[in-house]
Amino acid sequence: MGKTRKTPSIIDKPMNFCPGCGHGIIIRLICEVLEELGQDNNVIFPIGVGCSSNLGGGLVADRFHCSHGRAAAVASGMKAVSPENIIVSYQGDGDAYSIGIAETINAAYRNENITVVTVNNTNFGMTGGQMSWTTMPKQKTTTSQLGRDCDKTGYPMKFPELVASQFNIAYAARGSVHSPASINKTKSYIKKAIESQMNNEGYSVVEVMSPCPVNWNMTPVEAMDRIKNELIDYFELGEFKQREVIK
Amino acid sequence: MGEMWKGNHAIAEAAVRAGCRLYAGYPITPSTEIMEYLSARLPEVGGSFIQAESELAGINMIIGGAACGYRSLTASSGPGISLKQEGMSVLADEELSAVVINVVRYGNGLGTLYSAQCDYHRETKGGGNGDYRVIVLCPSSIQEAIEHVFLAYDLAEKYRMVAMIMTEGALGQMMEPIEMPDFIEKKRMPWALDGHYSYKKIGIFDRNSMKEAIDLNQKYNTIKENEQRWESDNLDKADYVFVSYGLPGESTKGAVEQLRDEGYQVGFIRPITAWPYPEKAFNLINPNVKGIITVESNATGQMVDDAALSIKKTKRDKNVPTYCLPYVYGIPAIKEIKKDFMKILSGEIKEVY
Repeated sequence: MGKTRKTPSIIDKPMNFCPGCGHGIIIRLICEVLEELGQDNNVIFPIGVGCSSNLGGGLVADRFHCSHGRAAAVASGMKAVSPENIIVSYQGDGDAYSIGIAETINAAYRNENITVVTVNNTNFGMTGGQMSWTTMPKQKTTTSQLGRDCDKTGYPMKFPELVASQFNIAYAARGSVHSPASINKTKSYIKKAIESQMNNEGYSVVEVMSPCPVNWNMTPVEAMDRIKNELIDYFELGEFKQREVIK
Repeated sequence: MGEMWKGNHAIAEAAVRAGCRLYAGYPITPSTEIMEYLSARLPEVGGSFIQAESELAGINMIIGGAACGYRSLTASSGPGISLKQEGMSVLADEELSAVVINVVRYGNGLGTLYSAQCDYHRETKGGGNGDYRVIVLCPSSIQEAIEHVFLAYDLAEKYRMVAMIMTEGALGQMMEPIEMPDFIEKKRMPWALDGHYSYKKIGIFDRNSMKEAIDLNQKYNTIKENEQRWESDNLDKADYVFVSYGLPGESTKGAVEQLRDEGYQVGFIRPITAWPYPEKAFNLINPNVKGIITVESNATGQMVDDAALSIKKTKRDKNVPTYCLPYVYGIPAIKEIKKDFMKILSGEIKEVY
């Protein structure tokens, strides 16, 4: 007999994601973790602009729709006045790493005691699949129609590695949702991130590789295969900054 | 006689005493002393201070504090307030209360360090994208600026919106003897995010934007009706009424006093709220008034538009000329205002409207 998986109580209705999208899985994981840690009635989500905005429509939880890219700054202000709440920003790669890179990186720089979850689907999904700072070399998007030329547009950004190597933060990891095993692993990363916040250890970030079949012009299965066969060679999965063991 | 305080420090201490729990901002002359003071002072009273990476991040941190229902503050000048417009539009949209201070300095782009009133249009007409207003208080003394900190928070919370204190570089830098009010205790606003989902929210894509916009406009109309503030004198007898706010407003009062001693029938209005504009003061003006004269510390003449519209609205059957004396920056001297008044009388300075 397999385990019964109960829908977390703060999820109250279906969200508006495209078929085969990974957002739903990631939001579910966050909610399961919050419930398991007893924080599902003590959480505020500053939400990014883009597909991540859909989180607001499906949860019975406090959240705030931030302007594009600013969620980490809003989260910093929330945590400053309300340290008893768990603050989880939920953002896409375009929101967090392109328009919001200043706010995202400076929250890590200050080691704010917040948790940042970024959904990396290698493009701007909501606006119809434009190139983002995580678009892969030669990847075709509506603004890199011949395939991304990284010599002219930059190479895909590895944010968790960047902040883990440069700043004094609590936890950084990258997960994926392309297989049951990767989903379970990602859940354990999100759990460690939120535990580190509960323990006042500082900034935690979990990036999650997520399929975007509509904008990748793929079937959902092909999109999952792309993550497995192409993306995780470049965007390596794992923990880049481990929590210090507290004795 | 009270203690001598520098304007920016006095505003900062007033915010602490008014129960401010969070300051976030970025240094810029001539407002920086506010954040310097609060960097040390707020932690002493259990508040938080965040030195932000930009004014944009600063206002977004204030959004976080305001969304959680605590009194939050940011301050800046000129181009720094430009960067905050995105966040002020968000605060308007989400109907959150916060106080923003603009210690105005003159100029476009990076601008200058001169004390001025060049940001009048931006602050009183909304400033960011969209269809909103901000309550704008304009003190003319340090004591009044202190009172405005308390008033700004009260109005911001009563109407759930941004209240701005539009002070001036010189007012921030100068010193005056003042009386500092006592501390007040503020709890989390009852409507705030507390992590417990105490108030139901709808999804971002489920909002009724038509209803929200109409309700918001209704709120602004209520504020226009109830919150106009001004100081005035001799309006019922005046042939000419001067209109000026802030430090130029004080010079104008001095000029009006001297002109009356010299036998001229003049009066003045000193707007204390720049938005809502004190239209009601114009109701008190002599029906046979010959002209309205704004005295402004900018080059283009900005408040003159609101003065002209107000006299049109309150004296519909008359075509009262409205003049503008724009002194670009600084604080005009009484003798300059008097000299230019003579040019209006002689016809050398023409009306704007």
